[in-house]
Amino acid sequence: MTITTETPQESFRLSMLFNDTRYRALTFQAIALLVLIAAVAFLFSNLMANLEKAGLNISFEFLGAPSGYDINQTLIDYNSQSSNLRAAWVGIINTLLVAFLACITATFFGVTAGVLRLSNNWLVSKLMSFYVEIFRNIPVLIWLIIIYTVITGVLPGARAYLGETPDKELLFGLFAFTNRGVYAPAPIWGDGSGIVVATFIASIIGVFLYRRYATKLLYDTGKLLPTGWPSLAILIVPSILMFYVMGQPIGLDSPDPLANRFNLKGGIQIGAPLLALWFALSIYTGAFIAENVRAGIQAVSKGQTEAAAALGLRPRRVMNLVVLPQALRVIIPPLISQYLNITKNSSLAIAVGYADITATLGGITLNQTGRAIECVILLMLFYLVISLSISSIMNVYNNAMKLKER
Amino acid sequence: MSNSNSSPVAFVRETFLDEQPAPTSAAGPVKWVKDNLFPTWANALLTVVALYMVYVLLSSSMPWLLSGVWNAESLAGCREVLDGQTGACFAVLTERWNQLLFGFKYPPDQYWRPTLAFALMFAALAPVLFFDLPRKLLIVTALFPFVAYWLIWGGTILAPIFALLGVIAGYVVYERFVKGSFAAGFLGGVAAAFVVWIIGGMLIPEGASENALLSAVPSRDLGGFMLNMMLGLTCVSLSVPLGIALALGRQSDLPLIKVICVVFIEFIRGVPLITLLFVASVMLSYFFPPNTGVDLFLRVVIMITMFSAAYIAEVIRGGLAALPKGQYEAADSLGLDYAQAMRLIILPQALKISIPGIVNVAVGLFKDTVLVSVISMFDLVGMIRGPIVASTDWNGIYWELYLFASVLFFVVCYGISQYSQWLERRLATDHR
Repeated sequence: MTITTETPQESFRLSMLFNDTRYRALTFQAIALLVLIAAVAFLFSNLMANLEKAGLNISFEFLGAPSGYDINQTLIDYNSQSSNLRAAWVGIINTLLVAFLACITATFFGVTAGVLRLSNNWLVSKLMSFYVEIFRNIPVLIWLIIIYTVITGVLPGARAYLGETPDKELLFGLFAFTNRGVYAPAPIWGDGSGIVVATFIASIIGVFLYRRYATKLLYDTGKLLPTGWPSLAILIVPSILMFYVMGQPIGLDSPDPLANRFNLKGGIQIGAPLLALWFALSIYTGAFIAENVRAGIQAVSKGQTEAAAALGLRPRRVMNLVVLPQALRVIIPPLISQYLNITKNSSLAIAVGYADITATLGGITLNQTGRAIECVILLMLFYLVISLSISSIMNVYNNAMKLKER
Repeated sequence: MSNSNSSPVAFVRETFLDEQPAPTSAAGPVKWVKDNLFPTWANALLTVVALYMVYVLLSSSMPWLLSGVWNAESLAGCREVLDGQTGACFAVLTERWNQLLFGFKYPPDQYWRPTLAFALMFAALAPVLFFDLPRKLLIVTALFPFVAYWLIWGGTILAPIFALLGVIAGYVVYERFVKGSFAAGFLGGVAAAFVVWIIGGMLIPEGASENALLSAVPSRDLGGFMLNMMLGLTCVSLSVPLGIALALGRQSDLPLIKVICVVFIEFIRGVPLITLLFVASVMLSYFFPPNTGVDLFLRVVIMITMFSAAYIAEVIRGGLAALPKGQYEAADSLGLDYAQAMRLIILPQALKISIPGIVNVAVGLFKDTVLVSVISMFDLVGMIRGPIVASTDWNGIYWELYLFASVLFFVVCYGISQYSQWLERRLATDHR
C-alpha cells in the first residue's frame, strides 16, 4: 500500500494571495506598504498645497539670522545679536543642565523616601506614603506652578538683604534666598588652584584603589580592613593639606549686600525659574523613584536575607553584598526611564519662563520667525536623540546585568 | 509519675489562677507606640523629626484652611472680611465655580448638558469597570459617546444618529463575516461604517444645526475641568484599541509591519507631550486637505491619542511577552489562525496582566491633559492661569485655586489607582 504524499501541482490563483499562508504574509505587507505610501503622499501633498496657499516654504535659513531676544540664564556667551542657532544651543545646554541637576536630586529624594517607606517606624512610613501618593496623583505642571509661586511670592525681594542693617541675614553669610532666585557664592580660582583640584581628583582615585585593595585582601587572606574612616581620610586630608600648602588659592565670591543699593552683587545667581523647575521635577519624579526603590527592595526574597544571615553576615554586609546587588538589578532600568522622563518633563520650563530648548527654539524663535514646521521638527529631533541615547545606555546596562543562564 | 519525684513537694497550686491581662508594656497602645514609633534611639529621633514636620505643616496650614472665607465678591472683599487675620479666600471657588468646571465661554444656561453627560458617564463606565453588573448595561456604554457628543456640542441630532448608525452597520457586517475570516469581517465592518457615514454626511442638510433642539456649542468654547475630563476619557478609550494594534504589530512576524510599529512607538515615546501638542497647535493643520479646518480640540485629541497609544502598546507588549510560550503553542496546536488565537487565547490573558500598567498610563495621561494650557486652551489650569488670576477681582490669589485643582486631580487619580488595585486582586486567578 502506498500513500501518495505529493500535493497536486496547483497553478497560481489570485485567491491564494489571501488563503495560502505562503503568500498571505507578503500580501499583507504589500498592502501595508501601499497604504503607508498613499498616506505619506496624501499628507505631503496636503502640506505642499497648504504651504503654497500660505506663501510659505520649508527653509532652515532662519537659524543663521540674529535671534533678537535676550535670555537671562545662559551658560555660554549669548546676546540678542546671536543667531537663532546659538539661542537653540543655549536652550539645549539649559535643558541638559536642569535635567542633570534634577536627576541627582530626584534620586536622592526617591531613594530616601523609598527606603523610609519600608521603615518599621509607623509614622515615618505613613508620611512617606503620603508624600508618594500626593506627588504621584497631581500633575507636575500644577506642582511646578505652585513651587514657582512660592519662590516668587513668598520669598523676600533682594532688597531685604541689602544695606548696613538688612531685614534678612545671608544664610551662613553665603546664601541669599530671594524671589528672583538663590544667590550662592562662586569659587574664585587663584594661582595653584589647579594643583589642589588635581590632588582632590587623585585622592578620589586613591579611595577606589584602597577599597579594591581591602576587598582583595579580604578575599585572599580573610583579613578585614576598615574602609569607612580611611576612605574619608584619604578623600579629604591631602586636599586640605595641599590647600594650605599652596596658600589658600581657592576663594569664595559670596553675594555682597553692600556693593549695590538695588540688587545683590557677586556670586552666582540661580534664577527662580530654574530653581522651581529643578525642585518640582526632582520632588515629583522622586515620588516615582521611591516606588521603584521600594519595589526593588521588596523583590529580593526574604530567603536571601535569611540565608545571608545564616552564613553569619552582619546586617550591613547582608545589605551591601546580598540585598542591594539583587535589588539594583530591578531598580536601575525603571530608574533610567525616570531620568528619561525628567528630561522630557523639563520641557515644562516654558510654563515658568526658563529658557530651555522648548522655550527658545519651540517658543520665542518659533513665534518670531513663524517657522513652525522647521522649529517643531528640530525640537523633536533633539529630544529623540536624547531619548535614544539614554535608552541605548539602558540596553547596554541591561545586557551587562542580565542573569547569566546556561 | 507520682513517685518520680523523690523529695516532697513544698507547694502545689490546686486552683487555677484567673487570666491576667498582659502587662501594659507588652500589649495595647503602649506596646504599639514602643514597637512602631520608638524601637531604637535612631528610630525615636526619626519619629520626633517626623512629628515636628507634621506639626509645622499643620500649624501653618490649618488656621489658613479653617478660617477661610467662602462668601466675597473679590480678593479685596475677602481681605475685608478677614480683617488682617490669616485665612484662605475660598470665595474665588464659589464665585468662579462654573468657570473652573466648564470654562468661561460655555453658555451658562446650558451647563446642565455637560453635567448630565458627566452623570451619564458613570452609568456608561460602570459595566466596563465592574463586570459583575448585568452585561445588558453595556448598551448604555455603547450609546454614551453619541449621547455625550450630542449633549456637549449640541447642534443637529442627525450627526450623532448617523454616526451611531454607521457603527451599527459596521458591527452587523462584522458579525456576519467574522465567522469566515477575521480580516474580512473587520475590513467589511469598517467599510460598511464608512459608507453609512458618507451617505449620512450627504443627507444632513446645510444649516441643520442652527435651530436644533440643543444649541450648537463650538469646541473652542469648551474649557475648565470638563475639558480635562473629556480629553482624558476620549484619548484613553481611543488609545487602548490603537495600542493593542501597535503592540501586536510590534510582535508581528511581518518585518514591514513590525518596522512601522517600532518606528512609530519609539518616535512618540522619545519626544515630550508638549512637542506633540505644538504639532497639534501649529503644524498638524498643514497636513489636512486645504479648507477642511479641523478644529484644535480634534487635533489635540489626535496627538494625545497617538501619544498614549504608544505607551499603552509598550505595556501590552510587556503583557504579551510575559505569557508563557506554551499558550501560543497551545493555540497553534488547536488549529486556530492568528486572529482567533489572539482574540480567544492570547489577548484576554495578556490584557489581564497589562491592566495595572494600562491604568498607570491612563492616570499619567489624565494628569498630562493639563499641558494643553501651554498651547492656550483653557482647561482647569489654563482657566486658573488665564482668565481668573488675570481678572481684576482675583488678581493675586493662587493657593486656593491650585489647592482646588490639586484636590480634583488627586481624587480622580487616586480613585483610579485604588480601582486598579482592587481589579488586580479580583482578577488574580492564580492560587497563592
